[in-house]
Amino acid sequence: MATKSEATAFAANDTAPVTLTKKEIERYSRHLIMPEVGMEGQLKLKQAKVLCIGTGGLGAPLGLYLAAAGVGRIGLVDFDKVDDSNLQRQILFSTKDVGRPKIEAAADRLHGLNPEIQIDTFDTHLSSENALQILKDYDIVVDGTDNFPTRYLVNDACVLLKKPNVYGSIFRFEGQITIFGFPEGPCYRCLYPEPPPPGLVPSCAEGGVLGVLPGIVGAIQAAETLKLIIGKGDSLIGRLLLFDALAMRFRELKLRKNPDCPMCGAHPTITKLIDYAEFCGVRGEEAPAPRTSVPEITPRDLKARLDRGDDLYVLDVREPHEYQICNLGGHLIPLGDLSKRASELDSSREIVAHCRSGKRSAEAVEFLQRAGFRKVLNLKGGILAWSDEVDPSVPKY
Amino acid sequence: MAVKVMIPTPLRAYAGKNESVDIPATTVGEALKGLTEKYADLKKHLYSDDGRLRSFVNVYVNDEDIRYAQKDQTPVRDGDTVSIVPSIAGGRRN
Repeated sequence: MATKSEATAFAANDTAPVTLTKKEIERYSRHLIMPEVGMEGQLKLKQAKVLCIGTGGLGAPLGLYLAAAGVGRIGLVDFDKVDDSNLQRQILFSTKDVGRPKIEAAADRLHGLNPEIQIDTFDTHLSSENALQILKDYDIVVDGTDNFPTRYLVNDACVLLKKPNVYGSIFRFEGQITIFGFPEGPCYRCLYPEPPPPGLVPSCAEGGVLGVLPGIVGAIQAAETLKLIIGKGDSLIGRLLLFDALAMRFRELKLRKNPDCPMCGAHPTITKLIDYAEFCGVRGEEAPAPRTSVPEITPRDLKARLDRGDDLYVLDVREPHEYQICNLGGHLIPLGDLSKRASELDSSREIVAHCRSGKRSAEAVEFLQRAGFRKVLNLKGGILAWSDEVDPSVPKY
Repeated sequence: MAVKVMIPTPLRAYAGKNESVDIPATTVGEALKGLTEKYADLKKHLYSDDGRLRSFVNVYVNDEDIRYAQKDQTPVRDGDTVSIVPSIAGGRRN
């Protein structure tokens, strides 16, 4: 764990002369020969303290470039373990890291890249209880998280502590990047006062991310962080950069500070950290309320009935690209098309609807019941549960 | 008179999978009304039940946030770009 820091600003520390060793001069020579960085900038980098929240898709290029650039102290916050499905984009990790705590694997990798710098690791969920304590020792916070509650938490903590928050977020092919948290600039709540209600957040049918997208967005966050440290160039404060990898187009929008912002406005009404799960309406996210109104069948019971030769019509309500990953041989009608294609179904037969996890198919069952279908069941836990309980050869995605 | 309304990735599924849609309009309100008339499924994603633009959806005319212009009444001219920019969090599955 880090020692207590002396400096609070990311300007050069004037209490002790800081210099570069011969080895460091050789390592950073491509910075040193540019007047925009030079010795002065490199010494600022050496004294800088940056906290990276999340070591995933965004945190990977960010951590690598900050470490390579010689940022003297880098804090990493993550609670997760490396999973096979991370490797498509989280380039800090290798196949051999699967199962390890992310911060442990990340710290090893960054130390290997640059043994001259200090890496602090926080193997924890950032929470209202620990955020101020963790953030307070750093000059700049970089938000590389993947969920709304943590984004609002990071924002509020940065505003309370007056720390810049280098923000990046991604979805499929699209990224958003800016800098929040400067007293004269906007905060995340100025841009988005509230998160979307959970019901309107894209479901797993609409999720996913092009592996290289967080690479590009995280690298832009790294560039903005380095520029803040060396104090050069035009920063993204007050500008929201939009990136669309599919169109390969960057656009820029003006961000304004909201004078009535409850967090950073003239008369703030939020003066301490709050309950962010509640704020984002995701209380009990891990255990969603069971839909008792929808009749269900377990994967084992479905298997037994199919083996017995019962006349069951298996309806797959996922998207065609998901059907190509794996399927149970069901009839494919994506949930969004069900209303106009329900006539394809025979209401006299017993129908078992399924999707990946059981959520979309529960909606399908509700819809079909309303449309007059009497014998409709939802496959409990979807194709994921089928893989767990019946046929492990079916891949989980 | 038409403006180009840019549809963000998360909402393209509700707008015929289009990246952008040209809508004849003289104000932002008209452009969004035209858009949601054409693609009814978009409406609940853009507006709350009381008819207000949702607080996690921002709308820009060119690079200006309409909240700091004349909101729905913000005038648009032929060739302007209206961007719908929703809040996105990242890759966590729901």
